[in-house]
Amino acid sequence: MSKRTDIKKIMIIGSGPIVIGQACEFDYSGTQACKALRDEGYEVVLVNSNPATIMTDPEVAERTYIEPLTTGYLEMIIARERPDALLPTVGGQTGLNTAVELAESGILGKYGVKLIGASLRAIKVAEDRLQFKDACQRVGLEVPASAVVSDIAKAVKLADDLGYPVVIRPSFTLGGTGGSIAYNREEFTDAIARALDASPVHEALIEESVLGWKEFELEVMRDHRDNFVVICSIENFDPMGIHTGDSITVAPAQTLTDKEYQRMRDAAAAVIREVGVETGGSNIQFAIDPQTGRMVVIEMNPRVSRSSALASKATGFPIAKIAAKLAVGMTLDEIPNDITKKTPSCFEPTIDYVVAKIPKWQFEKFPGSDTTLTTQMKSVGEVMAIGRTFSEALGKGIRSLEPHAPWRAPAEIVDAVLHEKLHTPGPDRIHWLLTALRRGMKVEEINALTKIDPWFLRQMEDAVAVEKEIAATNVNSVSSELLKKAKRNGVSDEQLAQLWRTSPEQVRATREKRGIRPVFKRVDTCAAEFESFTPYMYSTYEEEDEADTSARRKIVILGSGPNRIGQGIEFDYCCCHAAFALKDDGYETVMVNCNPETVSTDYDTSDRLYFEPLTLEDVLSVIDREKPEGVIVQFGGQTPLNLALDLKRNGAPIIGTAPESIDLAEDRKRFGKLLEELKIPQPRNGTALSPAEAVSVAKEIGLPVLVRPSYVLGGRAMVIAFDLKTVEECAAQAVRLGSGSSAERPILVDQFLEEATEVDVDALADGSDVVIAGIMEHIEEAGIHSGDSSCVLPSVTLKPEVLGRIREYTAKLAKALRVVGLMNVQYAIQRDTVYVLEVNPRASRTVPYVSKATGVPLAKVAARLMTGKKLRDIKLAVNDFDGVPELRSKNYYCVKSPVFPFSKFRGVDTILGPEMRSTGEVMGVSPNFGLAFAKAQLAAGQKLPLQGTVFISVNDHDKRFLPALAKDLTAAGLNLIATRGTAAALRSLGIEAGSVYKVNEGRPNIVDLVKTGKVNLIINTPLGRESFYDEKSIRRAAVRYMMPCITTISAAVAAARGIRAMSEGTGNVAALQDLHAMEANANAPAPTQRVTSAS
Amino acid sequence: MREFAHVSSNWRARETADAYLERYKIPVIWDIDTRALVRHLRMAGALRGIVATDGSAAEKLVEEARALPSMAGRELASAVTCAKEYRWERGSIPLASSFAAHAAASAGGAGPLWQAAAAAMAKREADPGVRRHKVVAYDFGIKQNILRQLVDHGCDVTVVPAATHAEDVLAMKPDGVFLSNGPGDPEPVTFAVQNIRRLMGRVPIFGICLGHQLCGLALGGKTFKLKFGHHGSNHPVKNLLSEKVEITAQNHGFCVDPDSLPSSEVEITHVNLNDHTNEGMRHRNLPMFSVQYHPEASPGPHDARYLFAQFTKMMEATRAK
Repeated sequence: MSKRTDIKKIMIIGSGPIVIGQACEFDYSGTQACKALRDEGYEVVLVNSNPATIMTDPEVAERTYIEPLTTGYLEMIIARERPDALLPTVGGQTGLNTAVELAESGILGKYGVKLIGASLRAIKVAEDRLQFKDACQRVGLEVPASAVVSDIAKAVKLADDLGYPVVIRPSFTLGGTGGSIAYNREEFTDAIARALDASPVHEALIEESVLGWKEFELEVMRDHRDNFVVICSIENFDPMGIHTGDSITVAPAQTLTDKEYQRMRDAAAAVIREVGVETGGSNIQFAIDPQTGRMVVIEMNPRVSRSSALASKATGFPIAKIAAKLAVGMTLDEIPNDITKKTPSCFEPTIDYVVAKIPKWQFEKFPGSDTTLTTQMKSVGEVMAIGRTFSEALGKGIRSLEPHAPWRAPAEIVDAVLHEKLHTPGPDRIHWLLTALRRGMKVEEINALTKIDPWFLRQMEDAVAVEKEIAATNVNSVSSELLKKAKRNGVSDEQLAQLWRTSPEQVRATREKRGIRPVFKRVDTCAAEFESFTPYMYSTYEEEDEADTSARRKIVILGSGPNRIGQGIEFDYCCCHAAFALKDDGYETVMVNCNPETVSTDYDTSDRLYFEPLTLEDVLSVIDREKPEGVIVQFGGQTPLNLALDLKRNGAPIIGTAPESIDLAEDRKRFGKLLEELKIPQPRNGTALSPAEAVSVAKEIGLPVLVRPSYVLGGRAMVIAFDLKTVEECAAQAVRLGSGSSAERPILVDQFLEEATEVDVDALADGSDVVIAGIMEHIEEAGIHSGDSSCVLPSVTLKPEVLGRIREYTAKLAKALRVVGLMNVQYAIQRDTVYVLEVNPRASRTVPYVSKATGVPLAKVAARLMTGKKLRDIKLAVNDFDGVPELRSKNYYCVKSPVFPFSKFRGVDTILGPEMRSTGEVMGVSPNFGLAFAKAQLAAGQKLPLQGTVFISVNDHDKRFLPALAKDLTAAGLNLIATRGTAAALRSLGIEAGSVYKVNEGRPNIVDLVKTGKVNLIINTPLGRESFYDEKSIRRAAVRYMMPCITTISAAVAAARGIRAMSEGTGNVAALQDLHAMEANANAPAPTQRVTSAS
Repeated sequence: MREFAHVSSNWRARETADAYLERYKIPVIWDIDTRALVRHLRMAGALRGIVATDGSAAEKLVEEARALPSMAGRELASAVTCAKEYRWERGSIPLASSFAAHAAASAGGAGPLWQAAAAAMAKREADPGVRRHKVVAYDFGIKQNILRQLVDHGCDVTVVPAATHAEDVLAMKPDGVFLSNGPGDPEPVTFAVQNIRRLMGRVPIFGICLGHQLCGLALGGKTFKLKFGHHGSNHPVKNLLSEKVEITAQNHGFCVDPDSLPSSEVEITHVNLNDHTNEGMRHRNLPMFSVQYHPEASPGPHDARYLFAQFTKMMEATRAK
């Protein structure tokens, strides 16, 4: 073994909150790295601001810090822990950038911390466009030709030489402003003039365009002995011009000849050597001109990446784990292959199947955003599907996306529109491609419009031909041969049912009668050449089944599918914990999921992994094969819950809270009746089946009201309506989303409680006993989606009697719904009255956060309750409040804050509302509430200023909070400016404040100040819908100029307290292990301070 | 194979695979559960088989297959070798020159910047080298890409039939002798073993695959049949001299037993990391080395191409003495 003995303690930096382009794949890679290093005997110090990750579980590292990923806090952690080395390559771009900052600021040097995995020089060469270009050219490889120009005439000559189209990028402009593509000399002459004007240094880069070229990626590894292997080749179905994160990708590469592939492999080896990545994994991207075969190198990531996570799942080769081992000096040949056990990791996996990854977009959450797919990634998640052929993988991939129902283009679409849909890629392009093929459009024509390789299009054309054959038969007349062919092509039962105008159940019955059932094959890195010891499986229609199931007691856990806003990493976290707990209890755990980014789809997480779509058809196949003792549906969010009743009907043994109870909680009418019986107040509410009915219900209830569809997560299409017109519009939108079609899926209309405080409660129950896990107080007022609000645990302002009532109601509800497992209740407290807003008898988004805050792994406990254990058998440290036990809180505050993707969607309003739009979350920890909030804000990327000017514009209602707000801000040394009304209010309180114009009052106005950097923080609380729109421009400018902007008064008050606390000292850092070991509060949570409004 | 591509989609494609295979009368078996087949072979070991399309009963075909002779003990080199000696002059086909040619053909469509780059790359790939080496290659079933690689590395190659006598080869005054790959069991190819013994020490020798096994026998070692052989293009082989791993293409059913070799004379240079079988050796005193795998493979990785340069260096060193 050649592993290093000069280092003992290694620091790993995680990737922070989930954002577009950096999601839970880095939880997967970071967790793997931690485990790998500890297996080798190293001590690991982990830092990440994201509490929803498995990597921040206290068991994963020796020392775990949930702290902001800034050099300041990291230096404090380094000073305290004194690690010998820092591994910067497993925490995404954030981890890498943070490590570079630490190195460049001299902090690593000061504390003698060595960078392992990638040197500073290698990172620089790989990340710097020009240095990378030079490196490629030094080893004889081509990059797109380019030149810097400052003179129009010379530029035109160069552009003529490059050949059109030409890409023009002005130098030093913000966010690529002034950049464009010119398709001919005339366009170029205009564009270059504009670009030179836009550039402050009158300079532009002109670059050969590779738009429409074939795009490939190689995932490669290298050890310090210079052993080099390619783990996986990935081909982008969508050609150059669409970000690889937004492209459908396929592994292995499908359209390269061996000569081309080997040329690419040789090039990748040359690049990684020249750039100087001595150990670890890298991702290298190439483009190939489909006309000439010319290959250029596009870019390189000198670290594990989203693609490497995909490659790991696609091959069964754990790149991050191996990268970590290589970083400490081990070589590929001395690390065994986990799957075959007998062969080493120094090999190139053989793939005897095809993998398709399809991105998941959510433009519907961001009305007004541009849905065109470009070089900037916009998808929020992805699915991966495995089949024995491309067609099968693509079919399975499409049905893994949600909604599962087959997509159909509107029949009246004219050709011109279809052409546009094909030519300008958007989120539905795969469906438009199928539509075009169904209409008989020629592959050549589609290729001309899309540049998608004809091979892929032919495959799809063949699949469409099978569809047509099927359509010419019916469920009885179809030949078994044809039915089998369709299934082998990845056609779902649901699609067949649609083609035959019958039900999926009927199709399944026919299929089973004819003995056409899927078999399960293994992902084994070696195409069956060696025996595999790791049951990682996918379904296909073939002869031999390799599932090799056991007779052990087993539990199937259904995952949550692609990441979406509102259903993300938190649910994967719960699924993983269920697997960990039940494995410890001696069960065989079986995971079903289709999201390649997750820890749950690591073959190490459960005993058996099925990489399958989460549809009824696919899940039933797994259950039929495994015959489990129980199936867990309550951990994976809405995706498995939507299947619960159907699974049960088909005989699946669902464990935990009964699907009927889950359904009851979703059913407004029945649930309302239950609340009445229990004498628990709820906002006045009603249901409607049409927009007109919604309006009359709203009149009855009284405005404002909350309108939304039923059965959705993340508050999709949920709106607070202040007028009846909005009620009607929103109800119509809900109908479009499938509500109102039946009494089972109505439109929901609720009284909206203004000025209420919202509270989230997570609880554990075993059918008879209940334990309150955490009462979280929202920092934003009711009306903001709970996933988009900051919240604090323990609560800061709630009175003991209010807390008492919350506990009482929670216990009553858990008992009434016979909850076994987890339950989440949302309350609104208005003038000391506690209203129930909703109850979800399932795992909630806050489970990981509460688990981290309390030190109790809620999902593990819940999994045990579901398998029959009782709360009284599980030793939990609780306080008893009038008969209701609650987990003991500690002497510190944990604040959770959301992170939003607004910078990716230009022009979208950033005001928060009842529809969830955040992609991720962070946690701030401190004994001081203000500091905990400030740390959470900092971790979320909101740089709360410690000097400069704060702009304040609050509505009349919020003016009563001004004294507290202003006191904290001025005490911290900040200047205040305000709009006329707010400034007058401040002055009348004796507080100094400058005044500034609103946008429509004249100039220079507040937006001008934002743009010129004269403001450092914006506090802007609009009231009612109209002012939302009026003040959009302020908030938009704030996003664009990356200015912190707070839109609710409660958050503003908390922020002011945080700023003041920060100005008095940044506080300390604390390891989770130490926090959890702290003596718990034996008594009621006693907040050390309270937020008070001066009135 | 699981799925056969009926269309071609590549800038170099002139026809479909269908048409190509039809022309050479090569049958294709596809749309079967290939994984099941591999697992079967993995567990049962290499099997004799028959491909039939005439509708014969399976039982009858199994009978027939069982009656086929086993590979063990079969000398097939003389069945596939060339009838008489010939010269080989073609180097490998550079990928770049095809697109340079394409670019020239579609003049105007492409810009001069990258045309120049393409031309430069084509030149690099087809570098003729300065000094020529005269190599005689024994054909036991030689693969053309070995010959192309030898030419690329500055060799003038004469290919001779498997049974050519060593003295006849030496009479051609070669700088080096190459021993090719080929089918069947190495043990019965006794004529080749004898010839190698006559050549050892008188001329530099490089062997690949069957050539390697014959060297093993010539050096006094033994060979044995593997359960299901090594096939495919991702076998990790460790070079024990450099301690570096190369990813290699392999296709062999027999193997040299390293323990049977006289360690005073023979040094084991390469080992397969999957099953630790022998993959290469060299003579401690004489200019002679061989590998079990295919450094020339196409399809296959290029990691082991350095062996051709090692051969030419050996020839240079021997000539300098």
